[in-house]
Amino acid sequence: MLARQPFQPSDFDEVILGCVMPGPDEANIARVVALRLGCGKHVPAWTVQRNCASGMQALDCAARNIATGRAHLILAGGVEAMSHAPVLLNNDMVGWLGEWSAARNFGARFGALSKLRPGHLKPIIGLLRGLTDPVVGLSMGQTAENLAHRFNISREQMDAFALESHRRLAKAQDDKLLGEIETLYDTRGNVYEQDDGVRRDGDMARMARLKPVFDREFGNVTAGNSAQVTDGAALLILASAEAVEKYKLPVLGRIIDCHWAGLEPAQMGLGPVHAMAPIMQRHGLKIPDIDYWEINEAFSAQVLACLEVWKDADYCRTELGLTQALGEIDLSRLNIDGGGVSLGHPVGASGARIVLHLLNVLKRTNTRRGMASLCIGGGQGGAMLIESGRE
Amino acid sequence: MSEPDIHSQMQTTYKHWRIERDDHAIAWLYIDKADSTANVLSSEVLDELNDILETLTDALPRGVIVLSGKSNGFIAGADVKEFVPLKEVADSLALIRRGQRAMNRLADLKCPTLALIHGFCLGGGMELALACRYRVADEDPRTRLGLPEIKLGIHPGFGGTVRLPPLIGAPAAMDLMLTGKTIDARTARKLGMIDYAVPARHLKRAAVSVIMRAAASSLAPHRPTLIQSLTNTGLARNILARVMRHRLAEKANEAHYPAPYALINLWAKHAHDPVKMMEEEALSVAHFVLGKTAHNLVRVFFLQERLKALGKKDLISPQHVHVIGAGVMGGDIAIWCALQGMRVTVQDTRHDALAKVIKRAYGLFKKRFKQPRLIQAALDRLIPDDKGVGVSHADVVIEAIFEDITAKQALYREIEPKMKADALLATNTSSIPLDVLSESLAKPGRLVGIHFFNPVAQMQLVEVVSSPLTDPAVARQAAAFVRHIDRLPLPVKSSPGFLVNRVLMPYLLEAVAMEWEGVPAAIIDKAALDFGMPMGPIRLADTVGLDICLSVADILSQRLDVDVPPRLRELVNAGRLGVKSGQGFYTYHNGKPQIPHGRPGYTPPADIVERLMLRLLNEAAACLREGVVADADLLDAGIIFGTGFAPFRGGPINYVQEGGVETQLRKLHELEQHYGKRFVADAEWAEL
Repeated sequence: MLARQPFQPSDFDEVILGCVMPGPDEANIARVVALRLGCGKHVPAWTVQRNCASGMQALDCAARNIATGRAHLILAGGVEAMSHAPVLLNNDMVGWLGEWSAARNFGARFGALSKLRPGHLKPIIGLLRGLTDPVVGLSMGQTAENLAHRFNISREQMDAFALESHRRLAKAQDDKLLGEIETLYDTRGNVYEQDDGVRRDGDMARMARLKPVFDREFGNVTAGNSAQVTDGAALLILASAEAVEKYKLPVLGRIIDCHWAGLEPAQMGLGPVHAMAPIMQRHGLKIPDIDYWEINEAFSAQVLACLEVWKDADYCRTELGLTQALGEIDLSRLNIDGGGVSLGHPVGASGARIVLHLLNVLKRTNTRRGMASLCIGGGQGGAMLIESGRE
Repeated sequence: MSEPDIHSQMQTTYKHWRIERDDHAIAWLYIDKADSTANVLSSEVLDELNDILETLTDALPRGVIVLSGKSNGFIAGADVKEFVPLKEVADSLALIRRGQRAMNRLADLKCPTLALIHGFCLGGGMELALACRYRVADEDPRTRLGLPEIKLGIHPGFGGTVRLPPLIGAPAAMDLMLTGKTIDARTARKLGMIDYAVPARHLKRAAVSVIMRAAASSLAPHRPTLIQSLTNTGLARNILARVMRHRLAEKANEAHYPAPYALINLWAKHAHDPVKMMEEEALSVAHFVLGKTAHNLVRVFFLQERLKALGKKDLISPQHVHVIGAGVMGGDIAIWCALQGMRVTVQDTRHDALAKVIKRAYGLFKKRFKQPRLIQAALDRLIPDDKGVGVSHADVVIEAIFEDITAKQALYREIEPKMKADALLATNTSSIPLDVLSESLAKPGRLVGIHFFNPVAQMQLVEVVSSPLTDPAVARQAAAFVRHIDRLPLPVKSSPGFLVNRVLMPYLLEAVAMEWEGVPAAIIDKAALDFGMPMGPIRLADTVGLDICLSVADILSQRLDVDVPPRLRELVNAGRLGVKSGQGFYTYHNGKPQIPHGRPGYTPPADIVERLMLRLLNEAAACLREGVVADADLLDAGIIFGTGFAPFRGGPINYVQEGGVETQLRKLHELEQHYGKRFVADAEWAEL
């Protein structure tokens, strides 16, 4: 992307990246990325964290810094290497290690050694901890189970939604509609031209065979109808009108508005409706005014629950402060090229990815207005209203 | 180097040295050779050192620290230029003894002595450091320590052979001296060759600390381990010397490279008696300095310096290189440029080819850098570019696509408008005349050839090719770029095969013809190896790929009087392409040739080497006549660094002149009568 630009990487005013779990040796991963991309030592960089919407948060921060005139050209987006999530030592082990390193002689070491128990060696999987709400004590999958229960979403509905996601992604790949994806090469000589999560051979019977993973015996949320744990990164260049003029940059679209909302952590999957509704109200928009939608597919159940809520006049009145139900989103205008279920949900990157992809969808379909939104672990929602082109 | 906290009380200045005494009564002895970018131990430098050490003996300081006043390094070695005019053993012996005397005087000082090392510390410089009681070096990887004398056909002569084995044990010491390899400070610390490897910020503090502790007798000089010292005992020497000679024989022929054999003998015979060994060391080196091998290797050293000087780095400051074509050559050029610190985009529409480049790059970076951080940084610099967007940012664009005039011309037309106005445009073509390619450009003068050799990471030479259309300023910039990526530029005229391929091809084809006549391939190869070539011609053909050899031979035969033996085409048509197909002239298992057993009672013809070499020499003469390169020295340099031509012979033209032009010419006529017109002497022989 940077090689395509008429300006130098060192011309950026700053780099802002979202990341949920940067590695221990790259806590401010944005700075590491900036330096490794060749932006040079003088370009400052910072990392933002709003769980699943970190990538969108980065775009919001960048847009605001440009709006206030503090910056003109910003590299923003999100990165996540979930395969690199750390395995941690438990507290008992940490305590024991402290004792061990304090032991100065053979006797003390022997004494310390004798206190080591098998329980000390039980690891903590950092990824699982990251995906669990510490306040309500539920895993993200369990919050999805909550929504399925509340809105009566069946296993079949979830599985069908997931299959459709895969079908759409496969078609988009076949039709070469994902031009924003850069080919990757690894040091073993492998090429990755597309995301590798897509299943072209799925059917309802196979989906039905999968066991629930969060509520193990009686649940409905399976690995098949949830987002995939993957690695990924998505970067966008945000520029002021001045910078666009200066470097003669082609403009894909504009960020019109962004909203962040809080809600009950156990219902975090409904975050998108809580974040989108105020934007709709502020701009006096109705559902048909939005040409295309991206609601991040954390869980099939969670996206389906959002759709139910739009139609539920009672919920819209009591929880969203609206006078009536917003109505029904046309499924053919939502996540039209698949989403987290088929493509994966590298948590820090997804927020930037859906905005970038939505911009490309608007350009491809020659339409104007798009809404991108995510649910956020911990009970939040984020949404961004965008428009294609310069004006 | 400056250190504010060490106050200089008194300062005495010589031409090449400077002495400062600090508050601790430590004498800081700076070497800073006048009128020279690097410190070398010339006679004058050594004489001054002798004088200085004499005055120090009279007024003994608490300790002596020897260090360099230059930022690029400590001491690069003896002054090689002083070897050249030597004719008599008495003169070379005097030169060696002068050095030994200074080192011995330094070693005999009654106070603690320390060498404080940064950058290169080689040869005589390392021997000076070994004459000190302590050594402290900068841990930066740019610090290189070693005794590379063997590479100039001699061995250490300022006491290095005497002092190093007892310090670190014979195996490590002899390995360093026999291979001439250089090591960094951390490795040297592990071997015990230096006492501390510290960051640059602590160098002077560490030196003072060592001297103060040594003066207070609380720090003893390095001692080898028990096992290390046992390696220098009589019995061990007998056994180890035998092993060393055996291993050496696999790498170097004693007839061509006598110095390493003498080094082993010197140690095996005299290591128990340092005084006697010192004397023998001097005699031995004094003898080798005058020898033919050293003479020619020193010549090669200066030829290398000359090639280096042909690229003036300040003409261009390349940051970004764009390579088009991710095949073997394009990919390896891209990898090499990234290794040398450039940002590189490598363009190809074939994703699998790009993936292979990244894989090969990782392999090379891992080997060269070792530290994960540096490997990562180099990989970050190497950017696969499937859409060719890097071309508009590049300072240097290198085209390395397949050899097709139309394709290359079309490519130039496409990229020229996208390139930066002052960017260099180079082609790696080995067979297409440059002026033909230039035609497609709006500015034909900007095209220059930068012809690399395979494998890029090992072959130092790069031919910088100019056609009559090439702007000479562009050719100079191209040579400068070649220096920026640490290769040796050789300016050549755009004529078929340029210099290296053209001179090599008749030699290869003669070998193929001989094989066809029935001489076993292994015997031909052995003859070439015995002459001193790095690889036999038949194996070389197999390694390069017979299809590639054939296509180069075909191209050359169109323009020059070269016959392509039918045998070559036969093998290629049969799909026997050499190492890459598992079969060529030899059959390969895991890349290793299977040498068939010799036929009993077979007597090989006596003229193998003559036939091979005279084809090569005759073509070299033709190149000289046609002005493919500017002069005979550059021709020799090109053939040595481009083909590995027996370095101890000093290059083909040097070889002809050493062996006598008349003698060689007579042989050539004999061969002509026997084998026909391909041995007709080139007119240039009359000028040699």
